[in-house]
Amino acid sequence: MRLDLLPRARRSPWLDLLAPALAFLGAVLIGGMAVAALGVPPGQAFLTYFAAPLSEAWSLQEVALKAAPLALIATGLAFCYRANLWNIGAEGQFVIGGLAGGWVAIAAHGTQGATVWILPAMLLAGAGAGIAYAMIPALLRVRLGVSEILTSLMLVYVAQLLLDYMVRGPLRDPQGYNFPQSVGFDDAARLPLLMEGESLHAGVLLGLLAIGAAALVLARTLFGFEVRAVGASPRAARFAGFSDTRLTLSVFAISGGAAGLAGICEVAGRIGQLQPEISPGYGFTAIIVAFLGRLSPPGILLAAIMIALTTIGGEGAQIDLKLPLDLTRAFQGLLLGLVLGADVLTRYHVRLVPGGTSARVKPR
Amino acid sequence: MSLDIVPMVLVTVLTAATPLVLAAIGELVVERSGVLNLGVEGMMVSGAAAGFAVATQTGSTGLGALGGAGAGLLLAALFGVLTVGLAANQVASGLALTILGLGLSGLVGAGYVGMKRDPAPQLHLPGLTDLPGIGRLLFGHDAFVYAALLLVAGVWWFLWRTRAGLALRAIGDDHTATHALGLKVRRVRFLAVLFGGACAGLAGAYLSLAYTPFWAPAMTAGRGWIALALVVFASWQPLRVAAGALLFGGATVLQLHAQAAGLGLPGQLLSAVPYLATILALVLLSLGRRRGGSRAPAALGRVFAPSR
Repeated sequence: MRLDLLPRARRSPWLDLLAPALAFLGAVLIGGMAVAALGVPPGQAFLTYFAAPLSEAWSLQEVALKAAPLALIATGLAFCYRANLWNIGAEGQFVIGGLAGGWVAIAAHGTQGATVWILPAMLLAGAGAGIAYAMIPALLRVRLGVSEILTSLMLVYVAQLLLDYMVRGPLRDPQGYNFPQSVGFDDAARLPLLMEGESLHAGVLLGLLAIGAAALVLARTLFGFEVRAVGASPRAARFAGFSDTRLTLSVFAISGGAAGLAGICEVAGRIGQLQPEISPGYGFTAIIVAFLGRLSPPGILLAAIMIALTTIGGEGAQIDLKLPLDLTRAFQGLLLGLVLGADVLTRYHVRLVPGGTSARVKPR
Repeated sequence: MSLDIVPMVLVTVLTAATPLVLAAIGELVVERSGVLNLGVEGMMVSGAAAGFAVATQTGSTGLGALGGAGAGLLLAALFGVLTVGLAANQVASGLALTILGLGLSGLVGAGYVGMKRDPAPQLHLPGLTDLPGIGRLLFGHDAFVYAALLLVAGVWWFLWRTRAGLALRAIGDDHTATHALGLKVRRVRFLAVLFGGACAGLAGAYLSLAYTPFWAPAMTAGRGWIALALVVFASWQPLRVAAGALLFGGATVLQLHAQAAGLGLPGQLLSAVPYLATILALVLLSLGRRRGGSRAPAALGRVFAPSR
C-alpha cells in the first residue's frame, strides 16, 4: 500500500473550509476519547469546554479578554509566517513589551500632570520594545544568516528572566512587604474599562483595530503583496526586485510590535502592575492561532475566539470536572497538528495505491 | 581533597552534557535525512514524564528508560505521518509537536509530581573505577552516559561507513534525484524521524531518572531547543555534537557553581547563560563559516511529494 500525493492545479475554496473543519472534528473526537479515558462523560465535558463559557456575561468577557491578545499577536506572526520567516519568540516580545511599558508607568507613578500622555507613552514603549527585541533575531538572520527560529526562542527565556530580575530587584514596590511585584499603576496608567464595573477594557478594541489594519495591509497594499509573493516563491520575488533584507526586518518589526503591544495591554489592562509572570503562554498559543486561522486576519480572529473559548472552558472543566488543565494544551497541540495534516487535502489529490511499491510511468 | 574537585566538576559536566548529546545525535540523523523536527523539546519532556511514570510503576530504571524512548518514538511517529506522509509544513508541525508534548507530559506526569526515586545506579567496574584520578571520571557513570557515547560512535559509523548511511545522507541532500534512483525517500525519512524521537525520549528519561531524579512539569527547560542549536553548531557532524555538548554542559555547570559561590551577580543573569551562550555560539559559528557556505543538508526542511 502506498500513499500518492499529486499536486492540485487549483485550490478549491470548499476544501479550504472543509479541511480545518475536518481537523476540528478529529480533534474533538480524540479529545472526547481522552476525556472518557479519564472517567468523565464526553458530552458533559464538551458542554463545559465549548458551551458554558458562552452562557454568562462574565465568562464571555473573559473569552474576549483572552482572544484579543491572541488575535493581535497571531496577526503579526501571520506576516512572518506568510513570508516563510519563523519568529517563534513572540512570547519574549510580549514580555519585553509589558516590561518596558510597565516601567514607564512605574517611573511616572504618583507624579502630577502625568495624566493625558502616560497611557500613549506606555503603549508606544511597549510596542517599541517589542519591535526592538524582535530586531535581534531579524538582524542576526539578515547579517549573519543565523537561524531566526533558535535565536528568537532562546530570547524568550532571556526575557522571562529579565522580567523576573526587574520585578524582584529594581522595580519592586518598596512598600510591598517584599512581595516580588511593582507598585500598582495609577488610574491614568490603566486602560479604561469599556463598561463600569465589568472587566472588559479598551485593549480589546485596540486589538480589533490592529487586526483590521493588518487585514487591509495584507490584502490591499504593495507590501502585503510582497509578503505573499516571497512566501509563495522566494526566487520569483527576488527577480521582481523585492529585497529580502527589508522584508525580513519589516515582518519581524510587525510581529514584534504586535506582541509588545499585546504585552503592555495585558499589563495596563488586566493586571495593573508588573509581576514575575505576566503571560500564560500567549506568545506560544498565538502560533497555534495563526495556523488555525490559516494565516489570514479574519480566520485568525475566529481561531483566537475558539482557542480562548477552550482555554476558559478548560479552566471551568478543571474546577467543575477535575479535568487537568494540561488536557487543554494537549488538545490545542493536537488540533494544530490535525489542521496541518488536513491541509494535504487542499494542496494535493491524495490517492491510496494498493500493492504498488514504486512509482512507474504508465505506458500510453 | 582539593585535587578531587577537578574530576568532580568534570563528572558533572559530563552528566549535564549527556541529555544534550542524546537528543542532538538523534536530531542529527533526522536532519541528515532532510527533515527538520522542531519537536525535540516536546518529545524530550514526554520522555521525561513517561520514563518516570514507567520506572515508578515497575520499579525498574531500565524499563523507565525504554518507556521514555517509547514516548518520544510515538510522538515522532505522529510527526512523521504529518510531515513525511502528508507533506505538512515541518516547522509548524514541529511546534505543534512541542505544544502537544508539553500538554501530554503534564497529563502523564500529573500523579507523579513531588515523588522522588533513587537516581540511576552508577556502574562500578572493579579495579577500573577505583583508579585514582581518572577512575571515577571514565568508569563510574550510569548506563545513560555510556549509551550516549555509544550512540555517537554508532551514528558516526553508520553515516560514514555504511551504504544505508550514504543513502540517508544523499536523501537529505537531494530528494528528487534519490527518488529517481529508486531510493525509498519517505521510508528512510520516516525511520530517521522515529530514531530521532526515541533518542529525544531517552534524553528526557535521563533527566527524570538520573539527572534530577524527579519529575516536574516543563523540566526540560529548553534543553530540546539547545540540542537543536547544537546540531547546527556541530555542522551536522556527530563527533562535533559530542564536543559541543560538553561545551554547553560546561556552561550549565559553570552557571550553577557561580550561583553557589555567590558572586554577587543576579541569579537570573546566570540562569540566562546557557541561552545566551547558545545565541553566541550560533553567531560565532556563522562568522567562521562565511567563507565556506552552509553545510546544512540541502533538502533540509523542504517538502517532498513524489510525483510520477
